[in-house]
Amino acid sequence: MSFITANWNPLGEAFYRKTELYEMSWNLRDGLRDSLVAAAPYGGPIALLREPHRRSPSSRPQLEIYSASGVDIASFPWKSGPVVQLGWTVSDELLCIQEDGSVLIYDLFGSFKRHFTMGQEVVQTQVLEAKVFHSPYGTGVAIVTGSSRFTLATNIDDLKLRRLPEVPGLQGKPSCWVVLTQDRQTKVLLSNGPELYILDNTSCTAVCPPGFSPQVGNIVQMAVSFSYKYLALFTDTGHLWTGSSHLQDKLSEVDTKKTPTPKHMVWCRRPKSQQPSVVLMWDRLLLVAGVCGDTIQYPSNQFPLEDPCVLVGELDGVRIISSTNQELLQEVPLVCQDMFKIASMAPGALLLEAHREYEKSSQKADEYLREIKEQSMLGEAVRQCVEAAGHEYDPSTQKSLLRAASFGKCFLTDFSPDQFVTTCRELRVLNGVRENGVGLPLTHTQFKQMTLQVLIDRLVYRQFYPLAIEMCRYLKIPDYQGVSRVLKHWASCKVQQKDLSDDAIARAVCVKVGDSPGVSYSHIAAKAYECGRTELAIKLLDSEARSGEQVPLLLKMKRSQLALSKAVESGDTDLVYTVVSYLKNEMNRGDFFMTLRNQPVALSLYRQFCKLQEQETLKDLYNQDDDHQELANYYVTASYREKRLDSRLSLLQSAIDEYNKAKNEFSAKMTEDEMRLLRFQRKLDDEKGAGLLGLSLQATMEALLSLGLHKQTEQLYRDFRVPDKRYWWLKLMSLAEKEEWEELEKFSKSKKSPIGYLAFVDVCMKSNNKYEAKKYVSKVTPEQKVKAHLAVSDLEGAADAAIERKNDAEMGAILSRCSASDRLLIDRLNRARAAAAKK
Amino acid sequence: MAAHLSYGRVNLNILREAARKELREFLDKCAGSKAIVWDEYLTGPFGLIAQYSLLKEHEVEKMFTLKSGRLPSADVKNIIFFVRPRLELMDIIAENVCSEDKQHSPRDFHILFVPRRSMLCEQRLKEQGVLGSFINIDEYILDLIPYDGDLLSMEYESAFRECYLENDQTSLYHTAKGLMTLQALYGTIPQIYGKGECARHVANMMLRMKREFAGSQNQILPVFDTLLLLDRNVDLLTPVATQLTYEGLIDEIYGINNGYVKLPPEKFAQKKQGEASKDLPTEPKKLQLNSAEELYAEIRDKNFNAVGAALSKKAKIISAAFEERHNAKTVGEIKQFVSQLPHMQAARSSLANHTSVAELIKDITTSEAFFDNLTVEQEFMTGVDTDKVNTYIEDSIAQKDPLIKILRLVCMQSVCNNGLKQKVFDYYKREILQTYGYEHILTLNNLEKSGLLKPQTSSRNNYPTIRKTLKLWMEDANEQNPNDISYVYSGYAPLSIRLTQVLARPGWRSIEEVLKMLPGPHFEERQQLPAGLHKKRQQGENRTTLVFFLGGVTYAEIAALRFLSQMEDSGMEYIIATTKLINGTTWIKSLMDRPESQTP
Repeated sequence: MSFITANWNPLGEAFYRKTELYEMSWNLRDGLRDSLVAAAPYGGPIALLREPHRRSPSSRPQLEIYSASGVDIASFPWKSGPVVQLGWTVSDELLCIQEDGSVLIYDLFGSFKRHFTMGQEVVQTQVLEAKVFHSPYGTGVAIVTGSSRFTLATNIDDLKLRRLPEVPGLQGKPSCWVVLTQDRQTKVLLSNGPELYILDNTSCTAVCPPGFSPQVGNIVQMAVSFSYKYLALFTDTGHLWTGSSHLQDKLSEVDTKKTPTPKHMVWCRRPKSQQPSVVLMWDRLLLVAGVCGDTIQYPSNQFPLEDPCVLVGELDGVRIISSTNQELLQEVPLVCQDMFKIASMAPGALLLEAHREYEKSSQKADEYLREIKEQSMLGEAVRQCVEAAGHEYDPSTQKSLLRAASFGKCFLTDFSPDQFVTTCRELRVLNGVRENGVGLPLTHTQFKQMTLQVLIDRLVYRQFYPLAIEMCRYLKIPDYQGVSRVLKHWASCKVQQKDLSDDAIARAVCVKVGDSPGVSYSHIAAKAYECGRTELAIKLLDSEARSGEQVPLLLKMKRSQLALSKAVESGDTDLVYTVVSYLKNEMNRGDFFMTLRNQPVALSLYRQFCKLQEQETLKDLYNQDDDHQELANYYVTASYREKRLDSRLSLLQSAIDEYNKAKNEFSAKMTEDEMRLLRFQRKLDDEKGAGLLGLSLQATMEALLSLGLHKQTEQLYRDFRVPDKRYWWLKLMSLAEKEEWEELEKFSKSKKSPIGYLAFVDVCMKSNNKYEAKKYVSKVTPEQKVKAHLAVSDLEGAADAAIERKNDAEMGAILSRCSASDRLLIDRLNRARAAAAKK
Repeated sequence: MAAHLSYGRVNLNILREAARKELREFLDKCAGSKAIVWDEYLTGPFGLIAQYSLLKEHEVEKMFTLKSGRLPSADVKNIIFFVRPRLELMDIIAENVCSEDKQHSPRDFHILFVPRRSMLCEQRLKEQGVLGSFINIDEYILDLIPYDGDLLSMEYESAFRECYLENDQTSLYHTAKGLMTLQALYGTIPQIYGKGECARHVANMMLRMKREFAGSQNQILPVFDTLLLLDRNVDLLTPVATQLTYEGLIDEIYGINNGYVKLPPEKFAQKKQGEASKDLPTEPKKLQLNSAEELYAEIRDKNFNAVGAALSKKAKIISAAFEERHNAKTVGEIKQFVSQLPHMQAARSSLANHTSVAELIKDITTSEAFFDNLTVEQEFMTGVDTDKVNTYIEDSIAQKDPLIKILRLVCMQSVCNNGLKQKVFDYYKREILQTYGYEHILTLNNLEKSGLLKPQTSSRNNYPTIRKTLKLWMEDANEQNPNDISYVYSGYAPLSIRLTQVLARPGWRSIEEVLKMLPGPHFEERQQLPAGLHKKRQQGENRTTLVFFLGGVTYAEIAALRFLSQMEDSGMEYIIATTKLINGTTWIKSLMDRPESQTP
């Protein structure tokens, strides 16, 4: 433990440390010499384009892709044009910028994805230099061409090329340049000798950094910080100027006393940095120049002599990749300084010491603890230990810090364990992905910035499925965002494995994915179909729970029958309609009808559709199913649309035939009647202009009666076997309406009324003829007597009848009609009621 | 504004708010001023979700009714069509869009499908060549509309017809989707019971949808304990009977639409003293009916014969309250009295309104025709002479009473006799065809297909068994102070509600025999709850059941369920959901077929 500060170097007030991340797994024969190298930040992959050993027209350069730990991922001979620059996008895709301005995009595994070009004119002028940069908009590319013009693309996924204005006096390429993203604008900062220019969309402006004296020489190297906030300029006299990238403030100026142009120059900062610095690298020297003016020189004995290195700027430090190993250079976080600085009295440091004594079973542990507690700093001490653990790379250091924190926690009540638990979990994950085999050397700060979601995505992209799943489960991420997402990617990748049979893949996918929530089999199947494996896609679709999801793909794969049954299964009628209309266009009519016949739900939906849209088809459908009943109904409906009587009759005749076939004798008979009636109406309309056509039988008879055509009425009454009752009602009402009272009386005596005589009373009363009504009261049956008397407002008569019948309810009804003036009657009724009640 | 939705056992305002939020989001998607072109059918249901003021807040400046031809001119940036996904409407929209003046400042078109977008319709728009003219094509998932504190309706008028006549289960798909939405807001319903083919189908879809969304399980403590799905065709009798509750009668006589009723204006004329009431208003009086109105909430579910007493009691209370002013002596008392004035005045005008409505209804219920009709209904329900041709029906046909009245009675007789004897059956049909016209043969076919009107197939009539087992007829129904649900039909206890009641206690196992006689399967399903969401029931806490009537429910049935909720020892509260609020008339109407040339 005491050696923890061994690799610390002071810089101003702060310390810098250099930690080894990996011994590289690769075996590079020639080191990084003669290679184009691109390493992505956040512990991303490394790409190498190695020039061939012997320069001959036939030999090709080799493109190699490694994980950050140097594990071989892909390698293939470069067959395209000469490459100027390599770079990685934010989503770990490799950009190869060629001399002719075309940019080729490869995925992590070296398979070609697509390409674009930085402008046609570049083919002539050639790319001299190029840079890949990241901005809030995505990954961008900037080039400078042989005609000294700059072209920018701020987001390669939404390619818009911008040609920047000319730089006055610039010949060839500038001595150095960087891309800046400021205020949502992307600019180029470049130097040409002692001049410094800012180049934006519209103009090229000469600028002078504050406090930058022209005497210090020509600018030969420049660097912007990870956040684009700071700028460093190096001149050929060895001066290093640092300041804000807005060129408003100057931070410092350091004389490095080294005149050669450094190979690399990178900012080394961290969030809440006390002492930011710029790291410069020459062939045999690494120099950390602090903003305070102090420097640290890492001499060649700590540093591979011959081998060139690559510097990768990170959010919180600089990674130094050599052919043999990889180190992280960073400012020691403040909390770690407090913990480990020699003779630190910070509460965390004391707690760590206390725990160490405790482990040794020494009573000093108590003394240390007491000291912390006296200052009531124990909570702070625990927090410090936990936080410092997060920043440490070495698991044994992490452990001792966390143990100390855990020890301290025992003496605290009401201390939230959240930070401790979270840090433990995150460190476990980080240690997992830092493993050589995985090779993502993320610091805790980077991890927090990157978020867990992105980390899972990166693991999935690198096809570390089991690790990703383990992680999701360990961190208890809801399945939707965690395990299911991983499985989805796994399955989409699995279906592309050409060496496995459809069955084997389908089985493997179903076993692994099972019914994990949120994994869409149709999505996986679509992927399989994309790869030309239709059979596999169908097998996979079988496992899809959402029938609705299966349909579009099945249609696409021309499995329309299956699509139809899945659509029916989903219950979504719109989906069924969709498939049906698809089938209708795809199949010949016979097959189409046959298919529908096997799917009753679809068939009835299609019938509905036809009812509204295609009447003719409807008929065909019924015909094909021998559905005579519906066919008959169809003809009936159709008959009402016909204006001409003869076509109407012929449709009705067809209806009768069908009703007969359907053994629906009643309907057939009724339709015959209808035809008979229509013919009759037409005849009378023609003869007498009666205007009968379309009336019901009853209405026809009514109309005939009111026209005085009794004979014809009688004829209908007989021909259509109208029941006596209704005929009597008809005559009764018709005669009353025409006020033919004599006729009515005659009619009433023609035979015994089948509807009784109360109806006569009521109908007369409706015509306000009490005189006539009274004629029929006496004829009414005993049960209806009271009602009849009441109807003609003869209370006395009603009372007589009721008393005779000894009917209490009737007496009550009469009473309710009595007014105060009917005193005698009321008494009489009441007496009768009482008498009836006694019995 | 919609506070009455949140008073009940289940706060249905959550559902309304969710619907409003979605509407606002869609409107904001179309930036700038807008005009809405309405599918007329939707305006009623939408009124229950959002008033014009909400639309106005989101820059809706004009509203039109969807009709063919050119769109009216309106100086707005966006034209939004609010439509049901129907092909015939797509054709109208296409016509609208095509005849749009291209020279004029171009207006942006959008479509909002209610309740669900449809590929078929989009295909149609594509065929008409206008699909590309629409900037937004969206769906507004409005399945279950909160109607009142304990009532949800889909306002899907043709649901029964589609399910039982046309074998089109679209409405059931919407039902299942609506229930899923409901569960997303109110938690998974652990128990599902059902009776009927449609109920089975809905339950199956729900269970499958739940599987499809497995994993996105919601972590809401379930509000509903039980869901009961009931097919309307399990109980065909109840809707054809005349409802005898106050609300039921208003609906039977005047028709309640989306919570509003239109009444003849005469009774509502403002009678000022000394002014001859010559200029009677001619516009029908429009009243909103829901539980927000205290008095209405009190009397709506009473048997109409008990309404008069309730109204006069209320009148006494109100005038007593007004009399209080004479007792108010101190400034404080007067102040308190004044502060109550608005409430009292509202109560007084509400009383005046309902007194008028009650008078209107009373004129009808005391008529002989109403009495005779009711007598026949009750005879049928008690099983008197259901196997013979009924004289009253015969006479009514002869006097050309409205066809729907005849159909209601004939259907009722058929249901109560488990089908009519072939001779009786044919006789009625012939009478109807000869009197009302042969075109009604289609309607009769429909009624036959839906089981409402049918010939007797077996000699056994099982209606009496059902009636006795379920106690569908209660001889001594107490209309004033009911002790049983039979009060809603003055003697007849709705079969559907009896099933609900028995399910709660003692359970359906006790009536297996009867359940087998009713159409369709009965079933029970359980939905697994995520651990930790199992309700810990307090002692004496009521359980909540959502009763879903597939194919419609009447106000009297709702009244009966509310009565059960209020019964002290029932231990169960009911929330009611349905595809559509119906009565015998609207229901039979939905089953009628009118050949095109006959439609007025």
